Amino acid sequence: MAELFTLPVLLGIIYSGIRLATPYLYAAIGETFAQRSGVLNLGVDGIMLMGAYTGFYVAMKTGNLFLGLMGAAIAGLLMGLLMSVVSVTLQAEQGISGIGLNLFGLGLSTLLFKVTLGGVESIRGFQPIRIPLLGQIPYLGDIFFNHNLLVYGAFLLVPLANFVLNKTTFGLKVRAVGQNPQAADTLGVNIVLIRYTTVCLGGILAGIAGASLSLALINLFQENMTSGMGFIAVALVYFGGWRPWGVMGGALLFSFVNALQLWVQVKGINIPSDIAVMMPYILTIVALTLSGRRARQPQALTKPFERGEN
Amino acid sequence: MPSKSEYSRLLNRTIEALLPLLAVPVALIIGAVLIYALGVNPFQAYGTLFQGAFGNVSGFTQSLVKATPLLLVGLGVTIAFRGGVINIGGEGQLIVGALAATAFSIGFSELPRIILLPLTLLVAALSGAVWGGVPGVLKARLGVNEILSTVMMNAIALQLSNYLLRGPMIDPAEIERGTQIAQSDLLPQAAWLSRLMPRTLLHSGAILAVVMAVLVYIFLWRTTIGYRIRAVGLNPDAARYAGIPVQFYQALSLILGGAFAGLAGGVEVSGVHHRMMEGLSGGYGFSGIVAALFGKLHPLGAIPASVLFGGLLVGADRMQRATQVPSALITVLLGLVVLFVVSSEIWARRRARRRETRG
Repeated sequence: MAELFTLPVLLGIIYSGIRLATPYLYAAIGETFAQRSGVLNLGVDGIMLMGAYTGFYVAMKTGNLFLGLMGAAIAGLLMGLLMSVVSVTLQAEQGISGIGLNLFGLGLSTLLFKVTLGGVESIRGFQPIRIPLLGQIPYLGDIFFNHNLLVYGAFLLVPLANFVLNKTTFGLKVRAVGQNPQAADTLGVNIVLIRYTTVCLGGILAGIAGASLSLALINLFQENMTSGMGFIAVALVYFGGWRPWGVMGGALLFSFVNALQLWVQVKGINIPSDIAVMMPYILTIVALTLSGRRARQPQALTKPFERGEN
Repeated sequence: MPSKSEYSRLLNRTIEALLPLLAVPVALIIGAVLIYALGVNPFQAYGTLFQGAFGNVSGFTQSLVKATPLLLVGLGVTIAFRGGVINIGGEGQLIVGALAATAFSIGFSELPRIILLPLTLLVAALSGAVWGGVPGVLKARLGVNEILSTVMMNAIALQLSNYLLRGPMIDPAEIERGTQIAQSDLLPQAAWLSRLMPRTLLHSGAILAVVMAVLVYIFLWRTTIGYRIRAVGLNPDAARYAGIPVQFYQALSLILGGAFAGLAGGVEVSGVHHRMMEGLSGGYGFSGIVAALFGKLHPLGAIPASVLFGGLLVGADRMQRATQVPSALITVLLGLVVLFVVSSEIWARRRARRRETRG
């Protein structure tokens, strides 16, 4: 057991924990915007799959990772648009429409993958970039400042999202729409527009989250490669109390446990690997339980808006 | 003579009733565009699909075999949704039910058939109920979002199954042969559901599922508990004012939902595979949701809906073999059906609201 926690091991676990947090961060920060405006988008997993496929396919065909990333963002945007039409304009039950979106994204990404690529191919994805000066700091440089572009992007997104939500007029409108749409409506806030914007933004970020898997973390596309990561991302939003910093804390905690679990497997320690894989999910349930009785939940979450109601 | 407004009201009501049913044809049309884009003739693809699913005895019985777990999971989903809770945990509950049925029947293989078979299915239902009960109690006691907790329980069940099937529950023959395929030993024959037709997989579980559908209908519409579950689902605030313990009935509907999905798992091992294996759930936990929604959350409506979607799943394999259109197309169609059905509810709600304001 002592052998498990040597310094290099700890550093390794922290390094991969940060790396593994990337897809969760993009997806969960995007979902935070949607939920703060009152829309529970449960289709994140399906959007991630479409992003992962599109990003991989475009990067493969053009040889340009940034075009791939853009493709993933556009795929995510389109999926977000579909979710907006269903849940905002047509006011459908959000939990169930999310399931529909997931099935749609799972099916379409699998179908397109089988038709256009067929077998599993890998790609040379985004490579780690060592940040000058900061990257030279012993230990810390290796852990924090030697990652690929998408990792940096994910962590920069957190303060940015926090700023937009709390310090801009747009953020104020998003929060108002999620908290009290009737009042926001009286004040002339365009609720439909705000919700379309947040859900589409969530879609774009979920698309990028998918690409961060297929272009940086795993560097290939596989059928159902997210295997439920999108649902975890949604859970992280609850766990993080609908605040970007909280979401980041949740994503890191989850990923550290995951990294630890992977390490335990590699070391062949006496825990069956399948049981170890369970840990992050059990942790998520515990976290949801501890994060209490919806204290900070946006009041209008999952409630479609119809003028003149209530 | 009915007045003009009565005509339009009748027309509205017909549209309202038919709209969700339109979900499948509309999804099929979008699917046809997709097939066309792949360079395949959509008529030919759908031809093989429906021919494969319903065109001959072997295909049709296979469709019924697939419809059985869909119906059972769909019944569980129906109860949960009627109670106002969203159960997405069908997949995990089914896996746990299948595992428990396998372990129990192998452990008690010396029991006579008349006791072993019903007990095996009961154990499957009970384990599913426990698996659905965890999110149920967490929701009732601590307000934990049941959508998320049921999804997490799915992942946990999957890992539990992987662990058991590669370790404690693995077929001893697999170890001897060294093939190490993750599957359990065979269930004792006394725990097998009887086959209904020679040379087909059709088993008496299909009949059991239909009987269950009728029972669920009676339960939801003819008993006090069922009435309360529906009252809680329709309007929790009103139910609370009427003195109904809302949290209790929400938990109960998740527990019952889990029981039916668990039973589906038991029926799958006992009726079809006669052993637990990896991938046994085959996404039934999710397609069961589609069947329930398309059956308009009515237990009897779920019967034809499951046969339809069971058929689509069977036909998709044939279509894939004949025309190279990947069977994943069906997942796309299922997703579209869900999106259309939930979207179409807006017209029903609008009408109900107009009726309310009219007084």
